[in-house]
Amino acid sequence: MEYKTGDWRTFRPVVDPGKCTHCLICWIFCPDGAIRRGEKVVEINFDFCKGCGICAAECPVKAITMEEE
Amino acid sequence: MVKLKDLPEEELLASGHRLCAGCGASIALRMALKVARGPTVVTNATGCLEVSTAIYPYTSWRLPWVHVAFENAAAVASGIEAAYKAMARRGAWGQKVDIIAVAGDGGTFDIGIQALSGAMERGSDFLYICYDNEAYMNTGIQRSGATPHGAATTTSPAGTRIPGKPEWKKDLIGICAAHGIPYAATASPAYWNDYMTKVQKGLAAEGPAVIHILSPCPTGWRCDSAESIRLARLAVQTRYWPLYEVEAGTYRLNMRVPKPQPVEEFLKPQGRFRHLFTPEFKHELEAIQRSVDENWGRIQRLCGETT
Amino acid sequence: MPKVLGLTGNEAVAYATKQSDVDVVAAYPITPQTIMVELFSEYVANGEVHAEYVCVESEHSAMSACVGASLTGARVMTATSSQGLALMHEMLYIASGLRCPIVMGVANRALSAPINIHGDHSDMMASRDCGWIQIYAENAQEAYDWVIQAFRIAEDPDILLPVAVNLDGFILSHCVEGVTVLEDETVKGFLPHRKARYTLDPGKPLTMGALVLPDYYYEFKVQQEDAIRRAAERIRETNRDYEEVAGRRYGILDLFGMEDAEAAVVCLGSTAGTARDVARALRGEGRRVGVIKPWVYRPFPAREIVEAAGSLKALAVLDRACSFGAPYGPLCSDVASALKQHRRDLPVLNYVYGLGGRDIRPSEIRSVFDETLRAAETGVVEEPLRFLGVRE
Repeated sequence: MEYKTGDWRTFRPVVDPGKCTHCLICWIFCPDGAIRRGEKVVEINFDFCKGCGICAAECPVKAITMEEE
Repeated sequence: MVKLKDLPEEELLASGHRLCAGCGASIALRMALKVARGPTVVTNATGCLEVSTAIYPYTSWRLPWVHVAFENAAAVASGIEAAYKAMARRGAWGQKVDIIAVAGDGGTFDIGIQALSGAMERGSDFLYICYDNEAYMNTGIQRSGATPHGAATTTSPAGTRIPGKPEWKKDLIGICAAHGIPYAATASPAYWNDYMTKVQKGLAAEGPAVIHILSPCPTGWRCDSAESIRLARLAVQTRYWPLYEVEAGTYRLNMRVPKPQPVEEFLKPQGRFRHLFTPEFKHELEAIQRSVDENWGRIQRLCGETT
Repeated sequence: MPKVLGLTGNEAVAYATKQSDVDVVAAYPITPQTIMVELFSEYVANGEVHAEYVCVESEHSAMSACVGASLTGARVMTATSSQGLALMHEMLYIASGLRCPIVMGVANRALSAPINIHGDHSDMMASRDCGWIQIYAENAQEAYDWVIQAFRIAEDPDILLPVAVNLDGFILSHCVEGVTVLEDETVKGFLPHRKARYTLDPGKPLTMGALVLPDYYYEFKVQQEDAIRRAAERIRETNRDYEEVAGRRYGILDLFGMEDAEAAVVCLGSTAGTARDVARALRGEGRRVGVIKPWVYRPFPAREIVEAAGSLKALAVLDRACSFGAPYGPLCSDVASALKQHRRDLPVLNYVYGLGGRDIRPSEIRSVFDETLRAAETGVVEEPLRFLGVRE
């Protein structure tokens, strides 16, 4: 039984796979555990991402941008 | 030294909880549980974290978790510890369990201080994490003993006569250190390696361990949800939130901050301090800066640091 | 050869707790309960029990620690009185709401203000709605026997509710009586170790104490009410099993002279002993009087009292507590409601007595019987509530 908080979003994070260095900084900072580590790049779990924007703000290589839903 | 890719993928605090977007408390708990070492039980005082993660029939907790009341996370932890000990003695229980008690600043500084003091004095073996968002956020942003001077809350509003909370923040680590416990430390979620290493130390400590982590709150601090980690970093870089630990009575500074930014940089992005940025309350900003400097000096001296 | 020990009520409770092989005692001292926990801590210090004894820093923390321990699956006991019970008031509801089978000895003492350390029932009565099963002991023997039975009643998987065993402060808590105790092995046989179904077990993670919104809270409370009502039958079963090992019979009500009584007195605890003495003397004089002593106050034995009142023409209820501003004291309120519910129209006379440890004399109880017999004759109650033994 799941409660999907993805519908809270007004902005969604978009990961640029070309820029992502898989440092996992966004993964550890995500308040909702809505980022999957993935193989080479991180993946956002949009069922639960609330669009807080911390991942985009903290990514050291600016690989994540927040785009309006 | 904690390496991110060595941490488990499993989320012991599952997604789907109802904490605000950008909530510092959820970051603090996620990080702590990433370094949980074995069988772990969590006892959680009433507050943001508790009400948002266990709304019947849902729960975010993938480990045994109990909420009892507001002021007694530490007392409940003592009880759980006693039960495991006694049951092990009669052969009904075989494993060593880590007990983590979690409470907000309200449930620690104010209504929870007695239970925490008692549990520390009794030497209960547990890790106590206080996620400090600097007010009673869950009930609508009322001031607590942890609210900093000058912050606007609903019970210490920024008025024309009194600009926010007149009183100063309690020194929680000092109180804990005075109990002679094995480990106490401050933390900031921006410095995840420092924090998670401290959680490991706290769990390993035999006896009471307390970690006091700053928990930025976009809702109560009136800032953007994306700012939480940046503010948690600024708090440290302005010396507002010194990172230090006390191990068996010995203080150690964990981050030196040789070139601090003025505390204004930390206060400016937060709506709860907005009223201080007016000519009539400029002296309050100066008072806060002075207090940050004095506190830093005090911590430095305790840590045996020279300027 | 039965073993008889000279024990105060407090000592009897501590001794029964020791034999019941509890896992955790978390308690805070308060007169007149103190010896219950002092004696138990001696057992711990001498290695006579395997229990963990947690010297908490307040009664609120005592019940908090008890709840934590109970939810971990341990057998848990505590004790308190008066202000301590009042301080843990919110925790009492939490203990019953979380279905923790904690057993608590309460040495009943008056509530401040003014501060008074002597015996009355105002402390437990102030918390009578908290969802705990409540037993009242008449003497140290009953306290001993009920504590042992209480663990079994509380931990019954169909009940899972905490039990308070009440004994009058100082009168019972501090007076020595000859108490016939069971052999350790007998108690062990009667009380196997608790095997809790739902615990804080990392092997089987559970969330306990969730926030429950208006869509479900109500049903939790109804479940609790069902459980406390079911408890009456379990209590009787436990009493029957206990009689087999102990040779002493307990039940919901302790009745004297009720086969043919026209007038009777209802009261809790040690006063019932005095009332029974007075009743015995009156019956010797040919007056048809009786005494109803509920052992079990919650769940309230409404049907049982109405049945016991079969031959009565009037009933007096003695309350060792005052419910300020209410039409009756707490016990009388329940008795009157029970009668009304079962459409039994009886003159009811309520007497508040003994507050703050004020002694109650046989002569005063005799006057109660006299007035009740008069009401039995006339069918008239002049004053529904009187204060017995007050200085005029």
